[in-house]
Amino acid sequence: MGRLSGFGVTWRQMFKPRLTTEYPHVKREKPERQHGRHVLNRYEDGMEKCIGCELCAGVCPAHCIYVRGADNPVDDPVSPGERYGFVYEINYLRCIHCDLCVEACPTEAITETKLFEFSFTNRADAIYTKQELVVGEDGRAKRMPWELWAGGEDDHTSAWMRATSPSGSADYEGRVGWSGELGFGVRPAEEGQTADTRTPREAGR
Amino acid sequence: MSTAMKALIAVDPLFGGQVSWSVLAVVLIKVVIAFVILLVSVMLYIWGMRKVIADMQNRIGPNRAGPYGVLQTLADGIKLFFKEQSIPSTADRPVFRLAPYLSIMPAFLMFCIVPIGGTVSILGHRTYLQVADLPIGALFILAMSGLGVYGVMLAGWSSGSKYPLLGAVRSTAQLLSYEAAFGLAVLGVLIQAHTLSTHGIVWQQSWVNAGSFLRDWFWFRTIVPFGIFLIAATAETNHPPFDLVEAEQELVGGFNTEYTGIRFAIFFLAEFMNVITMSAIATTLFLGGPSGPAFGFLARTNVVNVWFLPIVWFTVKVLALLFVTVWLRASLPRMRYDKLMSLGWKYLIEIAILWVLVSTALVVGRDQKWNMFVVAPVAAAVAIGAFLVLYLAIPKAGEHVEEFH
Repeated sequence: MGRLSGFGVTWRQMFKPRLTTEYPHVKREKPERQHGRHVLNRYEDGMEKCIGCELCAGVCPAHCIYVRGADNPVDDPVSPGERYGFVYEINYLRCIHCDLCVEACPTEAITETKLFEFSFTNRADAIYTKQELVVGEDGRAKRMPWELWAGGEDDHTSAWMRATSPSGSADYEGRVGWSGELGFGVRPAEEGQTADTRTPREAGR
Repeated sequence: MSTAMKALIAVDPLFGGQVSWSVLAVVLIKVVIAFVILLVSVMLYIWGMRKVIADMQNRIGPNRAGPYGVLQTLADGIKLFFKEQSIPSTADRPVFRLAPYLSIMPAFLMFCIVPIGGTVSILGHRTYLQVADLPIGALFILAMSGLGVYGVMLAGWSSGSKYPLLGAVRSTAQLLSYEAAFGLAVLGVLIQAHTLSTHGIVWQQSWVNAGSFLRDWFWFRTIVPFGIFLIAATAETNHPPFDLVEAEQELVGGFNTEYTGIRFAIFFLAEFMNVITMSAIATTLFLGGPSGPAFGFLARTNVVNVWFLPIVWFTVKVLALLFVTVWLRASLPRMRYDKLMSLGWKYLIEIAILWVLVSTALVVGRDQKWNMFVVAPVAAAVAIGAFLVLYLAIPKAGEHVEEFH
């Protein structure tokens, strides 16, 4: 065929399946570790995990996180530690969803949901405050009117924690490396790890 | 009306008797229907083209407006209609406004002489199913395709801007170059048909039996001009791979850079109208127009055989040619400018001229009752000799003339 072989190529393509996903009607399953809108998690007793350390703000390459820590009130502490996140804002006009804040967080306070279908009509909506970021009474993300939740985006917000290990070993030396979450409890291990939720004393260490 | 006038205007049986109001009404109906058919078919062609190309690229294509996205072109047209139209301050305003219409009128006028059916009867008048059957039909085709150049040229010139001018110059050169090969290819048919009237050309290709496909339709007898016609018509309509007029990478936008809104849309309408018209002309000249097998079990005068089937055959042939243009668009990359000129001037025109010479010799020899066993070899030998001389005379790449590599 030589120079005319291009016609054969285009002809054959007509009978091959289409690659297009008709997006708004058909949604592909989201990747397991998709980076989306953030949430600020709580412990099982309802205490906030954030301790206002500002490591997330420091590591953020887009400078989209603003944190101010404050001392916990002695009679009504917000978080178990000494301090808590007094102001916590994420500017979603800047956020690039790189997940570095999640890696930097020492208390697993900030994690990301898989939600990416949200858009705003003004700057105030784009800047999420602490009230909007902290999970609700059921441990689920609070849903804003301009967010399109299809379901399941906030099921495994902290799964990333359980899939990695600081030591580089997939196993975690016989004890869980993560804390419990409001609404979910202490989650089981991800694939490739052993689910041993005993305390060190129980495990005989 | 004198006989000479009648012969000049038309040989349609519609004008055989007194020209009455109902005759005028028939003409008006035909004009309006032809215009509407052409506009609607442009709309459907653009949609079909995008769908087929999408198929060839494993995509879905337009599917938002209307069922299967069939109204996409209409939506685009409405959008362009309501957009602001700007005219550059340096533009020649009257010409700038006129140019889009100059480019669309020839496309429509050319379609007017295409027979899309047989002889039918409307409002009690027997008439051909074509807007007009000019005695000079084939010359009219050439004239109109020549006039189409003015729209492009004046658009580029009147924009008062460098890029449209450059685009217009190069497209004018392209259109004029291929006009020659185009005309010679049409001549190949005229030599066989002995008439300029499109109705006459189609009538000679009438369907007799299955052998008519090869024997009566002109495409096989004029296989070389048929090929040249298809190539030249593709270049005339600025269709890929000859779409240098709209080579965005080189020309910003081409001759229509400064156009916006509905005027811009009219250029595109004209371009696609030209594609459809050229396919219709190719069908008329080479593929027998509306001729094709009729239903034998129905009477020859049955409405299906008179009205329906000829239109169906015509439509099928045009659609097949249109599919080929889309296939070309999806498969071939744009030609380099010097390759384009080289193909037109050094090959197509040469081959077309030689074909015309040989077929003229054969036709004249047959009419004069010369010995065909002498005429045919002599004509072929002269043609081959002439081709070799021309081939040696024309500089090729890398020889004598410096070319871009």
